[in-house]
Amino acid sequence: MNSNYYISSFCSIKNNTISLNGSMVYSNENMEFLEFIKAAYKSLDTNYPKFFKMDGLSKLAILAAHVLFKNENINQDKDNDIAVVFSNKSSSIDTDRKHQKSIENKDDYYPSPAIFVYTLPNICIGEISIKYKLFSENSFFIFENFSAQHLLDYANSLLSAGKTEKVLCGWVELDGNQYEAYLYLVTKIGTILHSKENIIKFYNT
Amino acid sequence: MSRGVAITGMGIISAIGNNVEENYESLLEGKTGISRVSKIKTIHRDDIMVGEISFTNQELEQQLGLSSDNNYSRAALLGSIAAKQAIVNAGISNINKYKTGLISSNSVGGMDMTEAHFYDYFQNDAIQKYINGHHSGDSSQKIAEQLGLEKSFVTTISTACSSSANAIILGARLIKSGQLDRVIVGGVDCLTKFTINGFKSLMILSDTFNSPFDEDRKGLNLGEASAFLVLESDKVLQAKNKPVLGYVKGYANTKDAYHQTASSDNGDGATLAMEKALKVAQLSSKDITYINAHGTATINNDLSEGRAILRVFGNDVPLFSSTKAYTGHTLAAAGAIEAVYSILALQNNIVFPNLNFKTQMKEFNITPQLELKEKELQTVMSNSFGFGGNCSTVIFSKKQ
Amino acid sequence: MKTLKQELKENIIEQLNLEDLAIEDINDDDILFGDGLGLDSIDGLELIVMLDKNYGIKLTDPKEGRAIFESIEVMAKYISENRTK
Repeated sequence: MNSNYYISSFCSIKNNTISLNGSMVYSNENMEFLEFIKAAYKSLDTNYPKFFKMDGLSKLAILAAHVLFKNENINQDKDNDIAVVFSNKSSSIDTDRKHQKSIENKDDYYPSPAIFVYTLPNICIGEISIKYKLFSENSFFIFENFSAQHLLDYANSLLSAGKTEKVLCGWVELDGNQYEAYLYLVTKIGTILHSKENIIKFYNT
Repeated sequence: MSRGVAITGMGIISAIGNNVEENYESLLEGKTGISRVSKIKTIHRDDIMVGEISFTNQELEQQLGLSSDNNYSRAALLGSIAAKQAIVNAGISNINKYKTGLISSNSVGGMDMTEAHFYDYFQNDAIQKYINGHHSGDSSQKIAEQLGLEKSFVTTISTACSSSANAIILGARLIKSGQLDRVIVGGVDCLTKFTINGFKSLMILSDTFNSPFDEDRKGLNLGEASAFLVLESDKVLQAKNKPVLGYVKGYANTKDAYHQTASSDNGDGATLAMEKALKVAQLSSKDITYINAHGTATINNDLSEGRAILRVFGNDVPLFSSTKAYTGHTLAAAGAIEAVYSILALQNNIVFPNLNFKTQMKEFNITPQLELKEKELQTVMSNSFGFGGNCSTVIFSKKQ
Repeated sequence: MKTLKQELKENIIEQLNLEDLAIEDINDDDILFGDGLGLDSIDGLELIVMLDKNYGIKLTDPKEGRAIFESIEVMAKYISENRTK
């Protein structure tokens, strides 16, 4: 793979702070995750009522995508050729637990379809695709830890094979109040090189 | 340039057989594996039918020679059995002689053990070992250990019903790019109350034998299975003179971008996946001789997929059938077991029937292949469409 | 009947996570699905669960639900005629 690709922006959500390209855009300490993400949704003018039906993982992913795509001026009313490659450690465990709880008691047995549909990690990619009309390739990997190398190789391969114009890569992890989102957009033109060093540098920012 | 990636080995365990030969015999005989669930205690026992594998966990442990302190979930057991069959079939004696990797997939990991033992963990130390077995990546790690690949590239894909198709796609790419010489690709899912109850809440489970593409279809039957294929590079093939079972010739993955679980009315994601796979294969729609459809027998999928097939193939729809009436919908394993069936179809020039069909769907006039049919096959297209709108198509060919 | 309709509006807002809606925003004859309140198929399934959990009515065919859930008015009438809780 000889071509160079570039990271055009990155967004992090962790420790109750949302940052875009290293600068804070929203922060609210002393809140549990669900309260925090809802407050962030309101504060950042997200204006997408479907947000409220989503599970925690999808809320986290869609808010990070919103911040990043807004900065990139991605128009959600036209098709966008953006592949999505996400990963995490805990799959959909947070929602899995809720589903499990709803089926454990024979006497109070009311499984919720709205919870069950989120018991797969890749549904959060589905939600982003619906909002931004993304029809290109997508995948979700489960890793012990964030793997910059894997995402680097995958994104490079998609771009050099001409499969897509841009790749949204990331790590979206949620387990109760332990959460972390890190998304970055890889493009064909730009100034910051898409390299393992930069991916890790921005992950740690 | 579209040189296919060689498939040199396959392994499978499903409701219709415990290895490739048994699965093939069942396919030929029209012998379904669907029945009432027997190994899981569920209140839905009389309302659903499933594709259950006959072995108990104990029997599977014995087959693998595991010690009694193992913490293998049923997923890890089934996956190990299928993966080991695949490498034997591929004639591999020294797995680390070439750069080899494993890409597995599943949707609920070791959930079967978790739901059986969760409430006893505090009282009973002896079963706490299963806590570590819950994780989605755990079965992949155990399969890697069984194969001797624990120090190699091992990863887990989790994209619902398209997972193992995506594993095949990633494996083919890793070989084409020269990053690996050999990849074992596939997936596994076992039956769990978690999935039974969840699908029941979506009201898409049938209470009888599933009938794909039938006007009166009532929904899907869940199934459990595992299958793995061995993909090898030209370099390995040149060094070792071994038979090639078929080639991964084309593939594509797209998003339907419509709903968390339902497919768009006209199968947009499915249409794109089939079209793009043809492009990668450098084939036209006329070159496809059989489609192994996703065909889950839900109202939504079969309509959506049928429309997508018409959009792609127009007046020239090839023979198509869904084999889910045999095995049930095996979730993450579906792409891989149907890849095995696609290769069997290619090798034997035979199209497997779409069982239980009675009435033509009123929305279109294409009918699946209803009887076993001998036909010269050059290419088979296999569809796997997952929740989250993750649509994958893989094209297999006889020649490179 | 009035209390039941009020209760339904409250339940729907809570069960379906319609956070930006208040009870006053839902009229008794507003179409709930499609262009009206914009509910989708998963919401329909959730309402089926709600019928069972709160009113003891078991529906086995999701298509039945669409007719019953046309509006608050229609739902309230159906529930008062068929409830077992």
